Amino acid sequence: MSALKIKKGSNSHSAYNLRPNFSDVIERHTLAVLVENEPGVLARVIGLFSGRGYNIDSLTVAEVDHTGHLSRITIVTSGTPQVIEQIKAQLGRIVPVHEVHDLTVEGPSVERELAMFKVNGTGDKRVEALRLADIFRANVVDSTLETFVFEITGAPDKIDAFADLMRPLGLTDVARTGVAALSRGN
Amino acid sequence: MTRKMTGAKMIVQALIDQGVDTVFGYPGGAVLPIYDEVFQQNSIKHVLVRHEQGAVHAAEGYARSTGKPGVVLVTSGPGATNAVTGLTDALLDSIPLVVLTGQVPTFMIGSDAFQEADTVGITRPCTKHNWLVKDTDKLGGVLHEAFHVATSGRPGPVLVDIPKDVQFATGTYTPKKPSTSHYQPPVKGDMEEITELVSAIENAKRPVFYTGGGVINSGPAASQLLRELVDGTGFPITSTLMGLGAYPASGDKWLGMLGMHGLYEANMAMHDCDLMINIGARFDDRITGVVDMFSPKSKKAHIDIDPSSINKIIRVDIPIVGDVGHVLEDLLKVWKSRGRKTNSEAVGKWWKQIEQWRAVDCLKFEQSGKIIKPQYALSRLEALTKKYNRYITTEVGQHQMWAAQYLGFEDPNRWMTSGGLGTMGYGFPASIGVQMAHPDALVINVAGEASWLMNMQEMGTAMQYGLPVKQFILNNERLGMVRQWQELLHGERYSQSWSESLPDFVKLAEAFGAKGIICSDPDDLDDAIMEMLEYDGPVIFDCLVEKHENCFPMIPSGKAHNDMMLAGVDTQGVIDAKGSVLV
Ligand SMILES: Cc1cc2nc3c(=O)[nH]c(=O)nc-3n(C[C@H](O)[C@H](O)[C@H](O)COP(=O)(O)OP(=O)(O)OC[C@H]3O[C@@H](n4cnc5c(N)ncnc54)[C@H](O)[C@@H]3O)c2cc1C
Ligand SMILES: Cc1ncc(C[n+]2csc(CCOP(=O)(O)OP(=O)(O)O)c2C)c(N)n1
Repeated sequence: MSALKIKKGSNSHSAYNLRPNFSDVIERHTLAVLVENEPGVLARVIGLFSGRGYNIDSLTVAEVDHTGHLSRITIVTSGTPQVIEQIKAQLGRIVPVHEVHDLTVEGPSVERELAMFKVNGTGDKRVEALRLADIFRANVVDSTLETFVFEITGAPDKIDAFADLMRPLGLTDVARTGVAALSRGN
Repeated sequence: MTRKMTGAKMIVQALIDQGVDTVFGYPGGAVLPIYDEVFQQNSIKHVLVRHEQGAVHAAEGYARSTGKPGVVLVTSGPGATNAVTGLTDALLDSIPLVVLTGQVPTFMIGSDAFQEADTVGITRPCTKHNWLVKDTDKLGGVLHEAFHVATSGRPGPVLVDIPKDVQFATGTYTPKKPSTSHYQPPVKGDMEEITELVSAIENAKRPVFYTGGGVINSGPAASQLLRELVDGTGFPITSTLMGLGAYPASGDKWLGMLGMHGLYEANMAMHDCDLMINIGARFDDRITGVVDMFSPKSKKAHIDIDPSSINKIIRVDIPIVGDVGHVLEDLLKVWKSRGRKTNSEAVGKWWKQIEQWRAVDCLKFEQSGKIIKPQYALSRLEALTKKYNRYITTEVGQHQMWAAQYLGFEDPNRWMTSGGLGTMGYGFPASIGVQMAHPDALVINVAGEASWLMNMQEMGTAMQYGLPVKQFILNNERLGMVRQWQELLHGERYSQSWSESLPDFVKLAEAFGAKGIICSDPDDLDDAIMEMLEYDGPVIFDCLVEKHENCFPMIPSGKAHNDMMLAGVDTQGVIDAKGSVLV
């Protein structure tokens, strides 16, 4: 009994983790929240986090089911196990929320993020940037005589690592989408 | 069958279809089409309040005393913002309300139009859910869904914001039908957990039931099941402020209210118990005090319909998500089928211990001299009104706590008070809502003079509708609860806690055409109360009481349950620096 998978309308609560451990260790969890795609729903979710003092490390949202009017919000948050359980329960009671999944505890999952980096440089630095981009499988999506815009997809830590390498090579701008995540297998 | 009608007509139709008989409201430009429909029908009574805050509290009183949702109709902008305190109050106390607000026409939204406010934005954090309806065809469906959401699961206030052009336009009305929405909170508890609780009940040596507002929310049948369980097991029971009446105060298992101003025996039992059975209460900070010291030796079970209430503040051992009525029914079935067992020998010993705590008689007071003690006033009110078909509302402060301590409630839905938000100004309009729902009952608002002034304009409403609500004001000419904290925490520096320039309440009553009674002599009190009860109409009763009385028992901030202050103790230095930051 570990993950919270709120299926509205079901009579089983076995997915609630009502007996969490109460350690003080801060954990990072990725939550996938399936919501009714109606006006204000994102404000409700964000308002919950700001109103109750929870952390948002990353948040992405987009419609995933046009006919069913459902959007998927992926939130990366951090807190003690008790706080994480509260966050999930509080998300679950927002009326337009259909399902809450804690991908961190529900089994293996994959996380991806897309980022774009603008790097400004000439000479050796420019060559080195291109070489590293190749290693990281980043694509060049725009180039001028002095700049490149790289596009890179990967797990957030891979993108962090790429950013660290680009910084001394003339990194000027970064745009990141935030994390999208799915569970593996069935 | 589909029917075409205007949005305004749909609103009245939806209310009728939902069985609404009373609406509390106040008109304005953005709701005129709806008021025009209200004018042309006779199914629904509209109560014209004198301030929108009053409308929401009146609807809360109506809802809490009937178990039905309260309905409010107000205009855009200031009408909606005036409703915000009431919405927040209802959210914290889990009161089902449907609040309808007018909005500027859809094509003017966002233009800073006259009396435009972002009502759904402002009320998002203080409603269970809210909607802005931009399409008349959707209005009927949203209104029915609003009633469904307000009353399902953990009840709460919802708001529907309706632009004026949507009210004028014609559309197709969606009739009421069983809800198909995805929002269907489960009511049945997990049988494994319920069975585990039954085992705990069978083995407990020092059990206590800690019950709350959730029992009232669950309906009268839940209170009946609770009585059966308590009387069957013979376990002691205490309740929060919000749960009073679920178990009768005259029952011999009743320990009285618990918490900051709860009874000594109730708090001691909570502290020393080995099994705590929380039924529909939410471990509020008025109950737990310092969380680390809260009932350290007990196994804790918690029955609550809202998973977010469980483990929010106190870690529990047996969590049961479900509706009180449904869970108690299953619990009783299992307990009975296993032979109705308890450890009666140990529980008998536990009762002996409890009797010793009871013997402290923590509510005793002495009425001597010529000044009325507030405790005495309430004891007399209790004695003289007990036999009536009685409903009590309160304002917020010392008088509220004394009312909880000295009045006894035999049934649910008889006690209306602002617990979570602690809203001064709640009680008077709430009494109006209660009286609207129960025209023949005796409805008394136990008030402090300062709280009462916050919504005194509602005298006009009481008069207009001939509502014989009794305003029993314990007038200490102080913001008494604030004064008490200043005495305990701030070196008796009574900063701004005087009620200066009070009105002459008798003249004030007369100015509205009501009856005013003033009483300052304990010897006259009974006669004065009888005069109030016999008068057929609204009464303001100005009961002049001892000005510096403190409300005890009290668990000072930062202390544990077994560290209570009782009457007659030295009040200086009991709260340390760490405790004084708490509220
Ligand atoms: C000046 C002042 C002093 C106060 N002092 C005290 C005090 O000394 N003692 C005290 O008790 N209170 C006191 N209060 C009130 C206190 O602030 C809280 O409002 C109160 O304790 C909460 O009561 P509750 O736990 O019963 O919860 P409620 O607010 O009534 O919440 C009900 C709980 O039951 C759940 N629920 C709702 N419906 C159902 C259902 N159908 N089935 C199952 N569960 C359901 C809800 O999810 C919620 O968790 C004071 C208030 C004021 C203003
Ligand atoms: C709207 C609002 N403002 C302020 C408070 C803070 N407060 C709590 S009790 C109290 C004093 C109430 O005085 P009164 O109504 O005379 O009652 P008493 O405590 O004297 O019985 C105040 C100011 C509140 N609860 N509500």
